[in-house]
Amino acid sequence: MLQNLRRRLSATTVVMWIIGLLLLAMVFWGSFQTLVSGKYSGRVWLDLIVFGIAQGSVYALIALGYTMVYGILRMINFAHGEVFMSGAYMGYFVATALENRGTLDSNLLLSLVLIVLGAVVTSVTIAVLLERIAYRPLRRAPRLVPLITAIGASFFLQYTFRGFFGSGVKGYPEAEGLKGTITLFGLQLLKTQVLVIVAAIILLIALYTFVQRTKTGKAMRAVSEDKDAAALMGINVDRIIVTTFIVGGSLAGAAGVLYSMLFRQVYFLTGFIPGLKAFTAAVLGGIGNIAGATMGGLFLGVAESLFPNLVLDGLGIPAPYQLKDALAFLLLVLVLIFRPTGILGERLATKKA
Amino acid sequence: MALLQVDDIHTYYGAIHALKGISIHVDKGEIVTLIGANGAGKSTTLNTICGVVHPRHGTITLEGEEIHRLPAHEIVMRGVAQAPEGRRVFGRLTVAENLEMGAFTRKDKEGIKRDLERVYALFPRLKERQKQLAGTLSGGEQQMLAIGRALMANPRLLLLDEPSMGLAPILVDLIFDTIKEINAQGTTVLLVEQNALMALSIAHRAYVLETGNIVLSGTGKELLNNPEVMKAYLGVE
Repeated sequence: MLQNLRRRLSATTVVMWIIGLLLLAMVFWGSFQTLVSGKYSGRVWLDLIVFGIAQGSVYALIALGYTMVYGILRMINFAHGEVFMSGAYMGYFVATALENRGTLDSNLLLSLVLIVLGAVVTSVTIAVLLERIAYRPLRRAPRLVPLITAIGASFFLQYTFRGFFGSGVKGYPEAEGLKGTITLFGLQLLKTQVLVIVAAIILLIALYTFVQRTKTGKAMRAVSEDKDAAALMGINVDRIIVTTFIVGGSLAGAAGVLYSMLFRQVYFLTGFIPGLKAFTAAVLGGIGNIAGATMGGLFLGVAESLFPNLVLDGLGIPAPYQLKDALAFLLLVLVLIFRPTGILGERLATKKA
Repeated sequence: MALLQVDDIHTYYGAIHALKGISIHVDKGEIVTLIGANGAGKSTTLNTICGVVHPRHGTITLEGEEIHRLPAHEIVMRGVAQAPEGRRVFGRLTVAENLEMGAFTRKDKEGIKRDLERVYALFPRLKERQKQLAGTLSGGEQQMLAIGRALMANPRLLLLDEPSMGLAPILVDLIFDTIKEINAQGTTVLLVEQNALMALSIAHRAYVLETGNIVLSGTGKELLNNPEVMKAYLGVE
């Protein structure tokens, strides 16, 4: 029986599981230490969690763009972070213009609509141009080719923005009406964070309704399963692919505005780290899976906000918050090792490539 | 004028010359079948008609209109629908959603409703399972769904690629009975089959394909009694 067991477990698997268990033990030990020490009040935890949900919902919105494009083209659109960045930039321009005219403070709702509109239109334009110029000619090429093109397009966009708008960090104007806190259910919450979470929920519901209920949404799911069969149904596959980029681009544009509200700054590399994190979120949830991307985004957002204080602090690591990015990408590596299909993903092997 | 006229088409997959001058025609109201061994070019013929691949030479006309340069989705709009080989139903869509996709190009709500009822009448099993994911259906049910989905386009010409593949004999009988019924309701059928005996017994006319060429043609009965066909495809000495 022991021999049987030995045959099934290779040395690498055993080592990996030991590492995994050690990490898990560290997470528990660290959390335990922190909670026992009572260093942080309930107020701090609440703030961390709410901030985590807010940033997680932004990750989720970006992750949906990755996951939908992957679902349809089996391709990682690494330039998606720049689609998001371009939206954030346009949001900044519109917001600054509105602030200078005083509209931002006098008419908040109109300003928000204009900012989001500007951001969404910009992001959608960039996303559609990307598909048309960079990806469509490579539709039949080996899968590595569009991936490399995507990385190239990503750098091209970053440095084009740098060329036009400089490399400095631009401060996002803050509307008078969004300063301070609001009390909801007896909890004191930052207005911007509440706005971000509510907006994200509305967008997510809109997306689910679109994908599940509309004819175009169903066609999108059909194309993601089997392009040739979908074409035999009379579905114009190219048009559905463009629609996917439009939907992903709009979500990224809106996410750009929400992200800028949370962090109040934008520059040409704004899309880089959040883009990679959203990609992590998409992998975490199971790439190609819409519900998975949402869950992955929220989980990553909360983990990133909570874990430094909760786990690392308890392990006696100084300045734990500096390690939040390292933590996010450690999570990516761990998911790829222990559950490559993600939380909700199916085995890639059973999918038709 | 024939409903479908295929004239001397040559189709290539890269350097492979898959169809070497196929000419067939299908008249309104017929069941026509293409039989032949694996790799003879039966599926390629159907896919060329559907616009999934395009012929390098030759013409395909549908009631006089040239269709061989059109993309697949425009050919569907002109009334040619295919239930492809291996069924290819959308496994993560429900049965009802699959049927809705079959009617993707149509705008006439009344007509769609009528055809949905027609499909459910032909295949009561599908009606029972309309909310179920297509991936959870049995092979026979998936074949019914693939045929039903093609019918939802309300085609003038229905192309069926190997509808009996991988099915138990009792289901094969059921599928072929249904094909006859669909034809009796007025839909023209072009059927590709490896089960030559079944195909020839329901077909008005038939063509035999060998390595990209038509080698024989005639009525279903003629071919059933042809000694060469008997030997090569029916396994009768």
